[in-house]
Amino acid sequence: MKVKLQHVAHARSGDKGDTSNISVFAYAPEFYPLLKEQLTAERFKAYYAGAIKGLVTRYDVDNIEAMNFVCQGALGGGVSRSLCLDNYGKALSAAILGFEIDVPESLKSKLHGQQALG
Amino acid sequence: MKSSIRIGSGAAWWGDRVEPAALNAEKGDLDYLCFETMAEATVSAAQVRARRDPSFPGYDTYLDDRMRAVLPACMKRGTKIITNQGWINPDAAAKRVVHWLNEFGFKGVKVASVNGSLITEHVLDLTDTILENGKPTSTLKSTLISAEAYLGAEPIVEALKAGAQIVITGRVADPSLFLAPMMYEFGWDPLDHAKLGQGNGIGHLMECGAQVTGGYFSDPGFKDVPQPWNFGFPIAEVTPDGTVVLTKVAGTGGAITARTVKEQMLYEVHDPANYLTPDVVVDFTTAKIEELGPDRVRVSNIGGKPRTPTFKVSMGCTEGFIGEDMFFYAGPGALRRAQLAKKVLEERFKIVKLEAEDIRIDYLGLNAIHGDATPAWAPEPYEVAVRVAARTKTREEAAKVGREVDGMAVSGIAHTGKRVPHQDRTREVIGVWSGLVDRTKVIPSVRYFES
Repeated sequence: MKVKLQHVAHARSGDKGDTSNISVFAYAPEFYPLLKEQLTAERFKAYYAGAIKGLVTRYDVDNIEAMNFVCQGALGGGVSRSLCLDNYGKALSAAILGFEIDVPESLKSKLHGQQALG
Repeated sequence: MKSSIRIGSGAAWWGDRVEPAALNAEKGDLDYLCFETMAEATVSAAQVRARRDPSFPGYDTYLDDRMRAVLPACMKRGTKIITNQGWINPDAAAKRVVHWLNEFGFKGVKVASVNGSLITEHVLDLTDTILENGKPTSTLKSTLISAEAYLGAEPIVEALKAGAQIVITGRVADPSLFLAPMMYEFGWDPLDHAKLGQGNGIGHLMECGAQVTGGYFSDPGFKDVPQPWNFGFPIAEVTPDGTVVLTKVAGTGGAITARTVKEQMLYEVHDPANYLTPDVVVDFTTAKIEELGPDRVRVSNIGGKPRTPTFKVSMGCTEGFIGEDMFFYAGPGALRRAQLAKKVLEERFKIVKLEAEDIRIDYLGLNAIHGDATPAWAPEPYEVAVRVAARTKTREEAAKVGREVDGMAVSGIAHTGKRVPHQDRTREVIGVWSGLVDRTKVIPSVRYFES
């Protein structure tokens, strides 16, 4: 079944200069291999379309079942130069929660936010 | 040696809430209370303000609020305070804290100021290359406002060894504020990278305050935490082996769970195996996180590698101005009116010959936050704000943005909602660039004051 990433993982973004790091955390250990396989750096960058102008590097953090996407050119030139209302990009991590991910039916009961499942 | 120490957070940034700091001081049973109050551009912004306003003392504008809120309880308990509220004038901040100690009747309290991070006069000789774009730092010469090196924990440890109960610094790396008491209490050597890795890893988990106790976390139906209006700031119970239990004052809102700790562990981190700090290179990829009970999470086995031979330096430069404003539409067809309004603004900017390096006109409610990443399935909003911003070389050019938004009041589109015009709706841009300097070329100094 295809679900939005928000049912499978949580996320947080942080800023340094013009680089945003958007980290994605599996809600359950069973989801982590699905994330690693399907949420590649290429797909991540493509999902953000023109909002990420530079290189996206994915760091896998197996000990906490997380991935850290380091996104260059994502903050409009840097916090103080940015013309975006969200200068720090603290809301940027929410966008990836709409990414569609394929999850086996057997894991349906482990999905988070069951009420929001369409 | 103490078998464990309790270190609490008092602030995660300049604008942070004060009440949880007071609560940590009163009910946290703390050995140390640490305040982090600086962002990347804080020092440069303070320098600009000091030039314009001779009455600005150069330290955290909330120093009085924060110290009045915590000093009585800290002095009563014997809680030491470590804070980077000194900004560009740690000496003046220290004197101001002595003033409050005297007001409260606490005599004989030693207050230290840590100077030496400001290297504006020498920075162009000390570092050749801008890290972000590879250009020579000499290209910044005409616009440079301020440069500061990120110091480590060592000068704070020196002050604690000299008997300081309150230590006030300028720019120090955020996690180092929390590492310093561990090094002092447990006798960790500055080159013991295994211990310091754990210590600065813990400091990283603490430096953003409520972001590890449920702040910047709750998402209804997905990640709920109790009473998100009443977060406690975190407390680290650290043992000499470098293991920590993260907790908070009982009865406060929020939560400390494996999830809140994981999110904070990677916050503002690039390579999780190589998180660079002045004291040590931290490796989070070996860390173990265990939930011991409600609001008690143990973190152990954070890795450490030898520190680099350099300090990071931030260079703040004047880079022009931003003008920004917004106005509103609602009801059926709000978006189509907003779209026409955007066209009107674009044409009027041509008429007034707006000279801008960049212009952005967004529909707040649809695409002002995620911009190009807004998905095609995003629904049309019932209410929408047209938000416009432009970056310019001069304040006069930037002011044209607000002036043309003013024009939308009677010369605009049907059903245009507007705010009362306030000031000129411009702000100065201070761009921040980074470089690396030889750590032996930056010499911190510590001064002492007494109430």
